[in-house]
Amino acid sequence: MKRALEWQIATVKAVRTETPEVKTLTLVLPDWMPHRPGQHYDVRLTAEDGYSAQRSYSVGSEPERTGEIDLTVERIDDGEVSPYLDDTVVVGDRFEVRGPIGGYFVWDSSIGGPLLLVAGGSGVVPLMAMLRHRAAAGVKEPARLLYSARTYEQIIYGEELERLARKDGLAVSYTLTRSQPAGWKGYTRRIDDAMLKEVSAPLGRNALAFVCGPTALVEVAADGLERAGLPADRIRTERFGPSGS
Amino acid sequence: MTEAKGDDLVLDGNAVAGTLAQIYGDEMTTVLAECANCGKVDHVGGLLAYVHAPGIVLRCTACQTVMIRIVHTPNRTLVDVRGKRIPAPPKT
Repeated sequence: MKRALEWQIATVKAVRTETPEVKTLTLVLPDWMPHRPGQHYDVRLTAEDGYSAQRSYSVGSEPERTGEIDLTVERIDDGEVSPYLDDTVVVGDRFEVRGPIGGYFVWDSSIGGPLLLVAGGSGVVPLMAMLRHRAAAGVKEPARLLYSARTYEQIIYGEELERLARKDGLAVSYTLTRSQPAGWKGYTRRIDDAMLKEVSAPLGRNALAFVCGPTALVEVAADGLERAGLPADRIRTERFGPSGS
Repeated sequence: MTEAKGDDLVLDGNAVAGTLAQIYGDEMTTVLAECANCGKVDHVGGLLAYVHAPGIVLRCTACQTVMIRIVHTPNRTLVDVRGKRIPAPPKT
């Protein structure tokens, strides 16, 4: 725990474009330690005049990948940190990070249970760490992901989610709330009780739910899952917002 | 989420896990906290977090009472937990 609180210098190993607004940075850490899927790192940028800005970003990668982590960052146009991470950072750049942090919104194979994941926008990032870990650890219990995005182009990790869903008991449902491509067969509305019931029903009432996204989505989904019969203590939430800027 | 409007400014205790761990020396988001006003018990990670003011404020999810306040000054960090009680241990 102590070591996770100390700042260390991360080096950017790779930059990958996920969507027009979202990039994934692969960071090499000198003091890497395994995270629990769902945990985050704090990133601190310091200007030459000493001004510093700090933000939290969820780890998207699985802990089985040693020595490095992926942070997936959505650009907030008037943010202080994300425009730098998304537009300016190149391979070889270095900045300060500390982590892994957080113990509330985490899942790993030792916890088990059918897994119900609900994501809004870049809220999918910590849930992706859970799904990648689930695949790497060979967990057999079923998992379902309900993922809300505005448009098809704004779906993060789409191809990898399809690959994961083809092989190991993972079902992925999308809802596109703003526009849909021709022939779209997924949902086309904001997350509501009927959608949550349909997606959660096959897992039964002992599913463990993780909901991550903007506050409005998190509240609708958490309340809806309770109305669908899931006990409140089986629903964990994490709100994403402009603090991620 | 690029539109920073209204409720989108509200995060949760997870967002300040690093700051809390720095102050208390340990992971705090799984610790239980009881609202001093209404008695609602939540994990610290589940409290409502307001992080866009000069300080950090954590509020009760039921009655919105301010439970924890954290302010960094150049020389020290001030923590006010008057709105929070430590819940009684479960009866065995």
